[in-house]
Amino acid sequence: MTIQELESDTRVTSLRRKDLLGIEELSSEEIELILDTAEAMKEVGARSIKKVPALRGRTVVNLFFEPSTRTRTSFEIAEKRLSADTLNIAVSTSSVVKGETLVDTALTLEAMSPDMIVLRHQSSGAGHLLSRICKSAIINAGDGLHEHPTQALLDAFTIRERRKRLAGLKVAIIGDLLHSRVLRSNLHLLTKMGADTWVCAPPTLVPADMRRFGVTVTHSVDQAVRDADVVMLLRIQLERMEGAYFSSLREYATVFGMTEERLKLAKPDVMIMHPGPMNRGVEISSEVADGPYSVILDQVANGVAVRMAVLYLLAGGAEHEETA
Amino acid sequence: MPIVMDADRIGRTLTRIAHEIDERNKGVQDLALVGVRRRGEHIAKRLASILKDITGHDIPTGALDITLYRDDVARQAAKPVVRRTEINFSIDARKILLVDDVLFTGRTTRAALDALTDFGRPSSIQLVVLVDRGHRELPIRADYVGKNIPTSLADSVNVRLTEIDDRDEVELQSGGDA
Repeated sequence: MTIQELESDTRVTSLRRKDLLGIEELSSEEIELILDTAEAMKEVGARSIKKVPALRGRTVVNLFFEPSTRTRTSFEIAEKRLSADTLNIAVSTSSVVKGETLVDTALTLEAMSPDMIVLRHQSSGAGHLLSRICKSAIINAGDGLHEHPTQALLDAFTIRERRKRLAGLKVAIIGDLLHSRVLRSNLHLLTKMGADTWVCAPPTLVPADMRRFGVTVTHSVDQAVRDADVVMLLRIQLERMEGAYFSSLREYATVFGMTEERLKLAKPDVMIMHPGPMNRGVEISSEVADGPYSVILDQVANGVAVRMAVLYLLAGGAEHEETA
Repeated sequence: MPIVMDADRIGRTLTRIAHEIDERNKGVQDLALVGVRRRGEHIAKRLASILKDITGHDIPTGALDITLYRDDVARQAAKPVVRRTEINFSIDARKILLVDDVLFTGRTTRAALDALTDFGRPSSIQLVVLVDRGHRELPIRADYVGKNIPTSLADSVNVRLTEIDDRDEVELQSGGDA
């Protein structure tokens, strides 16, 4: 078959962008495309030879300015399964400790012409800065308090895998909303896809702009959990807290922690999600984390498939769209 | 827009190919059909059903998506949607019949061979195509051909199957009025 024939008989779509910086700028069709592509990628991960040649000869740099285990390894596995050449740069071993700025680091890397840069950075908007100065495709793997798009995509993939849809589901997100980029990406995604989204936290941990998303804000865990299809817990990010947001971890766990007892209010087949790493006994009890409703390890497994989809769909880059 | 094969013709052609497969392999033991998505998958299923009528045996049938094995990922303005590969049987030591709708440059077949060999080591791979339109760019030939259709490079050959489209037919669209 020619490419023309192939295109005429398949539903051709592509991401109309060079970079993936956040969910905010994606359309619901683009989100669907990534999730559909991830389904095919998941099948690759189930084979005995878990490798396809799609990104052979492409170079991907994983540039991580913050500690990360699951996101970095997940991207690395995804890149290797697509046959890309990967390069990991962790800040502790790079020139950043000698005082190099983000821009200089990026320009230095860019001079070696990688095809994609996966960036994790403590400042919101770091990916946007790089996307303006780099020809490489930039994939945001978490920037400050802004977004963590591949996490929201893998959450959506995990929900869709079980429930076959996102629209109309009640999704309750409970925990440290204020410091969570995962929350912001998830709110963009869930509201775009038509989920009934609830957020729940002590008033001190609710960001000011929640109304903008059109989600329901509550301070009652019981209200949030009642009849929920999905309960997503967010980590209490002590390392980002400079003031006193609640009296003690024990108090937080008593009032907001997810327990088996509280979960009885949810739908009988509720899904329990957590982006990790978990504080067991704080936002989630061990019984819930390891219980029958938990899909936390599915989330990790699906992360690889979703990241493969994003890498594949961004490969080729924007210059090819002009010839379309 | 000449229609070069209608539904009857496609049906009779697939029946003839099924008999050839049965004859050349001296039965259907160790055979398996693998269709290249999307239309090859449905041709493979039809062949499996005809072979079942002829021989009484069920033949394992799978579908192969070759998108991730293409050599032109970066050249395409828009990417075809990646679909799941579904081969729910071991291809090791089996005689695999690789099925596609149109054989043209041979590049799809090359990608399919790479993809297949990642799944195991078949004892042989035979190529079945509904239409061979010529213009090979690689040293690849089909073992079973439904119809040879001479074309110019500018022409396009459109295979339509009821499973995907509204009817069975093969249309030759000349490059001039494309």
